[in-house]
Amino acid sequence: MNIKTSRRKFLQGTGAALGAAATGFPTFAIGQTAKIKIGIMMPFTGTYAQLGEAGFNALKLALTASGGKLGGRDVEYITLDDESNPARGPANAEKLIKESNVDILYGTVHSGVVMGMVKIARETGTLLMIPNAGAGAATGPLCAPNIFRSSFSNWQPPFPMGKVAYDKGYRNVVTMTWKYGAGEEAIGGFTEGFTALGGKIVKEIMVPFPDVEFQANLAEIASLKPDAVFVFFAGGGAAKYVKDYAAAGLRKSIPLLGSGFLTEGVLQAQGEAAEGILTTLHYADNLDLPTNKKFRADYKKAFNKEADIYAVQGYDAGLLLAAGFKAVKGDTGAKAELYKAMEAATIDSPRGKFTLSKAHNPIQDIYLREVRKGQNEVIGVAHKALADPARGCKLTG
Amino acid sequence: MSLSLFLVQVFNGLQYGLILFLIASGLTLIFGIMGIINLAHGAFYMLGAYVAFGIAQSSGSLVLAVLGAVATMAALGFVIERVLIGRLYNRNHLDQVLITFGLILVFDEAQRIIWGSDVHSVAIPPALSSSFQVSDIMAFSYYRIFVTVVCAVLAVTMALVIQKTKLGMWIRAGASNREMVSSLGVDINMLFALVFAAGAALTGFAGAISVPLTSVSPGMGDAIIIISFVVVVIGGVGSIKGAFFGALLIGLADTFGRVLLPQFSSFLVYAIMAGVLLWRPQGLFARA
Repeated sequence: MNIKTSRRKFLQGTGAALGAAATGFPTFAIGQTAKIKIGIMMPFTGTYAQLGEAGFNALKLALTASGGKLGGRDVEYITLDDESNPARGPANAEKLIKESNVDILYGTVHSGVVMGMVKIARETGTLLMIPNAGAGAATGPLCAPNIFRSSFSNWQPPFPMGKVAYDKGYRNVVTMTWKYGAGEEAIGGFTEGFTALGGKIVKEIMVPFPDVEFQANLAEIASLKPDAVFVFFAGGGAAKYVKDYAAAGLRKSIPLLGSGFLTEGVLQAQGEAAEGILTTLHYADNLDLPTNKKFRADYKKAFNKEADIYAVQGYDAGLLLAAGFKAVKGDTGAKAELYKAMEAATIDSPRGKFTLSKAHNPIQDIYLREVRKGQNEVIGVAHKALADPARGCKLTG
Repeated sequence: MSLSLFLVQVFNGLQYGLILFLIASGLTLIFGIMGIINLAHGAFYMLGAYVAFGIAQSSGSLVLAVLGAVATMAALGFVIERVLIGRLYNRNHLDQVLITFGLILVFDEAQRIIWGSDVHSVAIPPALSSSFQVSDIMAFSYYRIFVTVVCAVLAVTMALVIQKTKLGMWIRAGASNREMVSSLGVDINMLFALVFAAGAALTGFAGAISVPLTSVSPGMGDAIIIISFVVVVIGGVGSIKGAFFGALLIGLADTFGRVLLPQFSSFLVYAIMAGVLLWRPQGLFARA
């Protein structure tokens, strides 16, 4: 953990705040003249290192539009590597809040870790901004006025695929995923959408996380002969699943459907085996929107890397925070007004404009994408303005 | 389960088992003969895969990639034994575990620096990219069959080397009585370095040859190391024969477990290991 504070930076911060006060900003309460501290709790090592980096980089990019400030106040980032380790989630979050006195807790990628952050955010009332982790509970039974998410709920991207599959004439589908929170919630979303229309889940296959030995289950699927297969896998597992599926000859007779993460960031590894796979997700690289094109160009210029969905979500988290703090002019004490402004904000995201649901999760378009020539091509909107049902959430907005 | 599905699953189990054998055989030799618990064995598997990926990427030849990976891993294994492991034979297991665990961290970071965190893959070579139908839907790619045959040939070769050659005799003798072998005038230091290099090369080969079938990704070694230790424990420490039958047993049990007992598949192999430990604590094929 590195706390990047020096006397000089502190003086600069104070100076900036004094300058702001002189130009007619409202007077801050004592202790509000310093910088706004954002505790960045993201994975900076391990499997999710790239995702953590993208989510943090894009946040910084979003704030450069306002001169790297929030509501006119300078921002200080305090970074902490959460190592995608759920066991240390609560302790790490507590450390940022109690020891580093952060005003905003920002993170993370892993759904298990975010549950620990949610717990601490609920206890302390600190603003929690989630730029990826889709754990349903965070904007469901455990939703709170101070918990916001700029990404998705695990239920959201796969739900519209149920209708897509049904409309394609598929009636009997086998689902497969890793047996862990995100996987089970994603399969739940698809199953809900598909069975509501009369589709039937022939078999639900769950393999231990993060196991990549799929051969036995592929043989089983071949013998079940479903109309289609719906899966949730990501990263290395997704690359291997798609290759194994094609190599086992299943692709020719049983279409493969997935939550969009199946083909995010791994298309090059999957190669020809991924051609024709249909997925649903709230973003696609080549979305034909001016905001998207500008964002991708800016991101590439700033970090010399192609932006991905994790960057988009981090960027939108930054926009959401900027909108909230602009309304209260950087006053971290005005919590009610801050949350109200964030709830009311319309985010001009690279994925398309969105607003937040009462549970503080994006109400967003879910795109239907097909892999064509190594690209996730958008072929339509699978569901317009989809909101997570937020079951168990008592917030009324 | 129909007969054809049963046969398909038997083949799947054997194929998985044979790859496991390649990894576990190196582990059991290093563990049995040198008394070293090499936690970094999975990292060798990962490095083998990444080196093969790197060579295949630049040369376009999978044969070259596999040969290059084997040579690299053998050399790396030799150097590591000479520089690090060689100093630890008289130390306790905890020190060895610490240094081999440290190697995992070093290799993981090296992998991240050299190749990044992206997921990669290599296409199956065109000559073996076709497949044959085993049922109306299911097909086996020829590459998968090729890998299985190569693993089986290697297993037989290793058995012959261990049983019939002088080197094999030293290795067997070294496994049962280290002091006796060195007092007979065998250069035990060189033997150990060679065994370690061979173990690294074998697992590197397993990683390299699997590249077209799997994805090359960070952490791929972590998953394989635990199951390899299970194989070694079941087969008996230091026994190649044990590693062979242990690997096939685990390959088949895992394959059928996934389909027949999906709720228990994640701990089925550990249950088998526990059962073997209760019944024959020294493993199936180790001398009591």
